[in-house]
Amino acid sequence: MMLIFEHAQPGRRAQAQAPAAAPAVDDIPVEFLRASAPALPEVSELDVVRHYTGLSQKNFSIDTQFYPLGSCTMKYNPRACNTLAMQAQFLERHPLADAETGQGFLACLHELQEMLREVTGMAAVSLAPMAGAHGEFAGVAMIRAYHDARGDHARREIIVPDAAHGTNPATATMCGYTVREIPTDRQGNVDLEALRAAVGPHTAGLMLTNPSTLGVFEKTIVDIQKIVHQAGGLTYYDGANLNAILGRVRPGDMGFDVIHMNLHKTFSTPHGGGGPGAGPVGVSARLRPFLPIPLVLEERGFYRWAEEADCPDSIGRMSAFGGNMGVLLRAWVYARMLGAEGMPRVAEFATLNANYLAAELRKAGFELAYPERRASHEFIVTLKRLKDETGVSAMDFAKRLLDYGVHAPTTYFPLLVPECLLIEPTETESRQTLDAFVAAMVKVRDEARIDPDRVKSAPHTLPARRLDDVRAARELDLAWTPPA
Amino acid sequence: MPFIPHTEADVAAMLASIGVAGIDDLFDEIPAELIRPGLSGLPAGLPEMAVTRLARSRAAQDGFYLGFLGAGAYEHHVPAAVWQIVTRGEFYSAYTPYQAEASQGTLQLLYEYQTMMCRLTGMDVSNASLYDGASALAEAVLMAVRANKAGARRVLMPATVHPRYRAVVEATVRHQGIELVTVPRGVDGRVDPAALDDLAAAPAAPAAALVVPQPNFLGRLEAVDALTDWAHGHGMLAIAVVNPLALALLKQPGEWGADGKGADICVGDGQPLGVPLSSGGPYFGFMTARQALVRQMPGRIVGRTVDADGKPGFALTLQAREQHIRRSKATSNICTNQGLLVTAATIHMALLGPDGLRGVALAAHANTRALLDRLCAIPGVERVFPGPFFHEAVIRVNAPVADVLRALRAQGILGGYPLGHDDPELADCILVCATETKTDDDLTQYAQQLERILSRRRDAPPCAYKS
Repeated sequence: MMLIFEHAQPGRRAQAQAPAAAPAVDDIPVEFLRASAPALPEVSELDVVRHYTGLSQKNFSIDTQFYPLGSCTMKYNPRACNTLAMQAQFLERHPLADAETGQGFLACLHELQEMLREVTGMAAVSLAPMAGAHGEFAGVAMIRAYHDARGDHARREIIVPDAAHGTNPATATMCGYTVREIPTDRQGNVDLEALRAAVGPHTAGLMLTNPSTLGVFEKTIVDIQKIVHQAGGLTYYDGANLNAILGRVRPGDMGFDVIHMNLHKTFSTPHGGGGPGAGPVGVSARLRPFLPIPLVLEERGFYRWAEEADCPDSIGRMSAFGGNMGVLLRAWVYARMLGAEGMPRVAEFATLNANYLAAELRKAGFELAYPERRASHEFIVTLKRLKDETGVSAMDFAKRLLDYGVHAPTTYFPLLVPECLLIEPTETESRQTLDAFVAAMVKVRDEARIDPDRVKSAPHTLPARRLDDVRAARELDLAWTPPA
Repeated sequence: MPFIPHTEADVAAMLASIGVAGIDDLFDEIPAELIRPGLSGLPAGLPEMAVTRLARSRAAQDGFYLGFLGAGAYEHHVPAAVWQIVTRGEFYSAYTPYQAEASQGTLQLLYEYQTMMCRLTGMDVSNASLYDGASALAEAVLMAVRANKAGARRVLMPATVHPRYRAVVEATVRHQGIELVTVPRGVDGRVDPAALDDLAAAPAAPAAALVVPQPNFLGRLEAVDALTDWAHGHGMLAIAVVNPLALALLKQPGEWGADGKGADICVGDGQPLGVPLSSGGPYFGFMTARQALVRQMPGRIVGRTVDADGKPGFALTLQAREQHIRRSKATSNICTNQGLLVTAATIHMALLGPDGLRGVALAAHANTRALLDRLCAIPGVERVFPGPFFHEAVIRVNAPVADVLRALRAQGILGGYPLGHDDPELADCILVCATETKTDDDLTQYAQQLERILSRRRDAPPCAYKS
């Protein structure tokens, strides 16, 4: 499809979209001014609407396709959440306007803060982090602030299981810590002996995703927490997979010190093609003083932000204006719609869907990575045998699924399982959609055996065939220049 | 059950397929003592109609104000087409474009965005967004330190940079042993060049970069050419932190310096490009840089390439910088960023085009100029830092700022940002802003109300004053 720049005609403009008269500037010396206007496209409003509507149609999305993308919780994003968050009073409110002008808005945020505290079982919650990794940063920075406040400067190491998301070790590095990886045992659990051997006076903490990225609940979660705490470390609960346990079990009850939540997963705010997300953090009582600011305070029915003066030990600000408010409002609408009865059903039906899909795929002859384990909200299929037999890789398989109108599951993650597909159906998909997915999986496997090249060269029906990633990285073309 | 489609027959068939009696059995690997009977602390669920009524009453409680408040977030008209397209499900509910063939729409849009940002800032390369302007500045500081071959871990941070940005940078970089050295503000409200030279002469470790704001937090235009040259002359990178709308009018960072060599990294908040004020977010941070620094950039980057048929197409590239590949050695831990806001900005910039964006910048500048003329004609009001500005400036009032702003608010006016909170020397000062959204009547209304409030204060003993 043509680029917007290629639609441009010199002198064409979307007349309605700028002030009619542009006055001249005679009070800014020329040394400060730009010599020529930035070369943005010169197009009409219809050009723009048609071009970007056309681009949108080249995307897969939850609204158009099933998205069994493991560890990403691609559930339906209710439209009411968008409509109600985009009310004019919320959109037009300035972030630095006084609290008196935002009591309705702050009331929503305070309710969300308290509901998240309840579902996680933590002592307090801050809504400040703007994505999961941002929440991880806040969490590990609080762990560091805790040890520093005690003068315990020898604790410089964060323990991370080898199945963890890449954000965990990257976050530990950003907080000035070194990373120690520990292995996973054959059942998919953290290797307790390795954990016992790893902890010590150098341990700042452990970062753990539960259910793990292998799609199983850590059966020894309480022991894990105790081993780390007994060594003087703190425990970080990566809430990426919170959808699996929402309303059933709470990280606070498991004895964890910090959790981040991905509201763009568990609380159904949109992924937006790569954000915005929101990554609130919940903490145990001992970490409460260090929470990132601002927090929403309620004092005798009046809401306001708690800032530096209220929270002198805070790890500080994560953003200029407090967080991704519009995302938080969407999550508030979602949480109010679900309420006390709806929340546990999320975990129940997400788990039902995953276990049903795993059972059906197994019956259809697919190999599960952990067949003896109960699936959580997601599970892993390994295509190693198919690869050995036909040469068709997990990536080829995933690309061919695109041709059947299904977004590819997560491939090659976690890194422990060869040729893996990490599959998460979420609770909002119907049994009929899951059955259609099984049929597509069977069809692609059959094709792999009969006509492997057809699968290896997939996709065939999408707006683009397989893209040359090597060329993209070697011959960098990151911004358009018109042909000479 | 909200958003769960299962019929009773579905559930029965699914449980039978799994071979369990009930859904509770699916949680049998979780230690029984951890299972909760319910969530008593949560309110009952509400149907859409009831939650709509509740959310509308909350919004109505907040109302609308005539705003002259800027300080890093700006009211601009956003064309209706922008958010109607942004909230199409195909953009709104799409995932990060890792599966390139199923994400060509988002990927092409990001490539167009990168191109627009390079052109606006005059730089070579752009990433696909960071969280906000403040966190983008923090990432730029980390990037400058990474790029410093001599291992310098100090960065010079002018006091004229937005105080919230400075706070976020401090909170982000302190764990990695990076020191931020404050460059004091001069009497003209800009970076004090003499103080810079003092810093350079002091026997301290070398610095990796100088941050250069344009316009600065007080609305003033900094001497960006001289500051860029100074940074380069002392072996430092120049990190520009800019308002992107201002760049439709002001010299682009890629051209800064007497030799036009330009800044090395450019960051800022993209909010003025089609993102509503939204009580503080979501906004997006942008980052552009010189080509030589591309492998040090954080965040996602889209490249144009070809597909198996040789047709042009788009894919995420240079992923070896990122956390999902490089893990503890990544340039940043950032993963999810602000894709949907970048979608809005791209459509916004395309709709406005070069003339339109310049027209908005000019109108904002002219309105602020007209506002200053009217406010400074009021007895007891004066401009504090004279000299060139973009669309914000500082005024001093001869009455307690908090009282004045409260009295204005009672008239439905947000009169500006009180500077005393961040700088005790400016306790009697207000940062004011009038964007293109303000009409002549709006400016008159502000001036009349301010004059009334100040004159009533003069006429009445302070203890009798009521707003």
